[in-house]
Amino acid sequence: MHTIFALATARGKSGVAILRISGPSAHEIGVRLAGRLPLAGHTALRRLRDSDGALLDEALVLRFDAPRSFTGEDVVELQVHGSIAVIRAVEAAIAQTKMVRMAEPGEFTRRALLNGHLDLAQVEGLSDLIAAETEAQRKQAQQLFSGGMRDFAEICRIELIRATALIEATIDFADEEVPVDVSPEVSALIDKVIGRIDAQLDGYHAAERVRSGFEVAIIGPPNAGKSTLINKIAGREIAIISEIAGTTRDVLEVRVDLDGLPVTFLDTAGLRDAEDAIEQIGVTRARSRAADADVRVLLIDGSQEQGDFSPGVTVDLRYMTKSDLTGIGISALHGDGIDQLLRDVSALLSERVSGMTLASHERHRQALERAKALLVVAKTVFQRGDDGAEILALHLRDAVGALDSLIGRVDVEAVLGEIFAQFCIGK
Amino acid sequence: MKHDAFDVVVIGGGHAGAEAAHAAARAGAKTALVTMRKETIGVMSCNPAIGGLGKGHLVREIDAMGGIMGMAADRSGIQFRLLNRRKGPAVRGPRTQSDRALYKAAIQSLLSSQEGLSIIEGEVADLIVSKGQISGVELADGAVVPCRAVVLTTGTFLNGVIHIGDQQTVGGRIGDKPSVRLAERLRALDLPLGRLKTGTPPRLRASSIAWDKLEMQPADEDPALFSFLSDRPYVRQIACGITHTNQQTHDIISENLSRSAMYGGHIAGVGPRYCPSIEDKIVRFADKSSHQIFLEPEGLDSDTVYPNGISTSLPEDVQHAYVHSIFGLERAEILQPGYAIEYDFVDPQSLDPSLQLRAVPGLFLAGQINGTTGYEEAAAQGLMAGLNSARLAQAAAPVILSRAQAYIGVMIDDLVTRGVAEPYRMFTSRAEYRLSLRADNADQRLTGLADQLGVIGSARRERFHAKMEDLAAGREVLEGARFTPREASAAGIAINQDGQRRNGMDLLAFSDVDLGQIDALIPGFRQFTTETRAQLATEALYKTYVERQQRDAAALQRDEAQAIPASINYGDIGGLSNELKGKLQRVKPTTLAQAGRIDGMTPAALALILSRIRQDERRSA
Repeated sequence: MHTIFALATARGKSGVAILRISGPSAHEIGVRLAGRLPLAGHTALRRLRDSDGALLDEALVLRFDAPRSFTGEDVVELQVHGSIAVIRAVEAAIAQTKMVRMAEPGEFTRRALLNGHLDLAQVEGLSDLIAAETEAQRKQAQQLFSGGMRDFAEICRIELIRATALIEATIDFADEEVPVDVSPEVSALIDKVIGRIDAQLDGYHAAERVRSGFEVAIIGPPNAGKSTLINKIAGREIAIISEIAGTTRDVLEVRVDLDGLPVTFLDTAGLRDAEDAIEQIGVTRARSRAADADVRVLLIDGSQEQGDFSPGVTVDLRYMTKSDLTGIGISALHGDGIDQLLRDVSALLSERVSGMTLASHERHRQALERAKALLVVAKTVFQRGDDGAEILALHLRDAVGALDSLIGRVDVEAVLGEIFAQFCIGK
Repeated sequence: MKHDAFDVVVIGGGHAGAEAAHAAARAGAKTALVTMRKETIGVMSCNPAIGGLGKGHLVREIDAMGGIMGMAADRSGIQFRLLNRRKGPAVRGPRTQSDRALYKAAIQSLLSSQEGLSIIEGEVADLIVSKGQISGVELADGAVVPCRAVVLTTGTFLNGVIHIGDQQTVGGRIGDKPSVRLAERLRALDLPLGRLKTGTPPRLRASSIAWDKLEMQPADEDPALFSFLSDRPYVRQIACGITHTNQQTHDIISENLSRSAMYGGHIAGVGPRYCPSIEDKIVRFADKSSHQIFLEPEGLDSDTVYPNGISTSLPEDVQHAYVHSIFGLERAEILQPGYAIEYDFVDPQSLDPSLQLRAVPGLFLAGQINGTTGYEEAAAQGLMAGLNSARLAQAAAPVILSRAQAYIGVMIDDLVTRGVAEPYRMFTSRAEYRLSLRADNADQRLTGLADQLGVIGSARRERFHAKMEDLAAGREVLEGARFTPREASAAGIAINQDGQRRNGMDLLAFSDVDLGQIDALIPGFRQFTTETRAQLATEALYKTYVERQQRDAAALQRDEAQAIPASINYGDIGGLSNELKGKLQRVKPTTLAQAGRIDGMTPAALALILSRIRQDERRSA
């Protein structure tokens, strides 16, 4: 196993930067740079020097002894001044010891996983935590990182193993006195676990949205004030996350933290029967983007005769605009009523989020679906009676395997590469 | 006095010893079986029955490899019953009660007719080791028997102590001496040892039991035998009686618990969970008002009955009292009191997968000495140890059966990789590949291999080939005919009208299909034997699941193919926890797959081991 190192904090100017070294030579490298390491789990102020003895920086040095470290290996962390030059100099000195190489993306976390310090879902939780921008995301990631998935898998596992044991007892102890009718209990256990999985799946969609962000499409006829509204939201004092240039003309997407939920507001092309083919494409696209969004807000110009306007998609909220002219509805231009609009959107989304559970990654959903399918088949076999006992036992075992894959207990290799690609160097 | 030199010496004539001696001789080794008393070869120390769930599977596998337990059971079987008859084929276990005398006679006859096998009556006092390898055994009378490999199958004889209440006698079995000197020799080898206990019930006089009051359990009308060479039972079938303990029985026992050897604190050994003494049953299942007892006649002409379900180590007077409280046994005469026996066993993690003791090359251990319980478990180990000791003598590689291949493989892997915390007994649930490891296909899995190894006779070979050809032909006929769902429905098969065409095997897989319906669709199928038809139906039933498991088996095979050289130094691998290092050094896994099964193994540790293997390979290249 190689010793690896990397910058754990974001590159760029800052007060403090952390360099982490992990592996069999970590302590020796630490000694070479810092002279003397503190005791395990302790911090010390040290002068870091290169191989010629030249001073690099005065830094806080932390030392961890395997297995009590993040990775489970020997670890040394250097908290240096966060200047680009200092970081470069210290990295060079580390590399110069020739006992180490740069870590690959996510490699520290990978080692934590392989050494059993983290399970697969915790790894995902950690990734989510680092990516979290809103309060809801933070809370969700924290639950996952704290081992929530393992607790869920464990509860189900215990129940399924009990069911399996009852079935196995009727098989292996048929000639001794074992309660012959285990069916009520086995049935109840299978139903219970299916119920638990269903609850997770029901909450999956909302959870996944919290993690990746909700989409709110602003739709309406041309000149209803959609872009004005978006610009107004973009210009407000709420925490703006990013502005992404749209792919169509005059499109703006604004990503905001709306009461702790990540929401992207989308502008769309004005909906009307277009005159030219190109505009028609824009309109069709607008409808389909709106249809894919989580919420659709319809804006109608209150100062114009609209006649019958049908947007062609289900509408969740509707507002009359240009209240500065009409006195009713909202005014995108002046900002009146926008607070109310945002509150309405927030309320709608919060309601959906209230059913959110732990499963928030596609990988989770697939494992849960697999487990559920096996259990549903198991129930069918079970209802057929005695002659399926050994097949029932097989399905139950496989269902446990599917749940175990939630935390990566089984066949981790196939999934590892994909997850770790998400990580930045240093973590 | 010096005996002739042998290739293999088997110590002990119990189930493991008999099987080992026969297997070694079949494999072409000049073999000697050394036993303290010739006439006790093939004795059943406890329950006069062979087979059951898991155990029955082992017996079929032993037979498939040319072993003798199955044939002996068939020749002496007096109450054949197929357990789990109404459940799926994969979990059906053949069982029979045997006439003790006939069983013993059958084993002795099979041994005496085996070429290359001699029986020596004597007590082995010491093992002779030269240049770190076994080179012979020394008998108590000073005689030396030179050999190249030894199979030790001493069962419960090592420092065996028999307990009846607070009475203790040394013995391997009632009426037989223990092997004290040999036990001392093993202790001197500094092997990790443990102590186990097992119990047996009192034997009753059959003519003193009120049979006409009792419910009887008859033998199967259509018996399933053990040996693939048997067609029907050899001797007449009988019924066994059923009775129950009652509250009075329980009271007598509870009042006297302190006088029980196991409860009175006289025994240190760990007992089996699954055939507990009647004392255990009363204490642990206190709310059960009665426990079932099977009254098993020990033979056709015997006056002895074995009451299955009341193993005990209570004093004789208590045994008399509680037996007489049982319905039907009010006047029962006790011929032999029940007793508990504690004995030494060797931690099987000291063995390699061929059952050879790593500390003493050439010495193989098989049977209860490895911490198992049951005749079948012992015999299966005996078979493999015998086979491998012969191959060692012939400088051939040992035979290792994998978990995906046989229950024998599951058992040996469990023993040598995980050790035993309590007496090990086989259950079908121990096998991940249970659907493939069926009692009905043991020959298909193992007889071909046995043929290659040269350990089966021509009669078995011919029968096997004929069966395989018939199966292949039957399969072809079934797979060659395809039907639409409508055609299948017309024949009475309940099927989804999904437009998918299915062949005969696919249709057979439906659980409510009967062979008559298949015959109607495929008249050519009628010509095959009942056995072939049933076999193909079973195959069809499990086909999809077996294929699903094939994928896992492939991963297993890949890891099993990755050998770990014996020279690997775990202490030297940086990054391995001390705990894992200790386990690896104790078990010394021979493949990556076996290493992965060690308790507490992590993916990181496996990666380190693999990387070290590669490094070592590169260095020596």
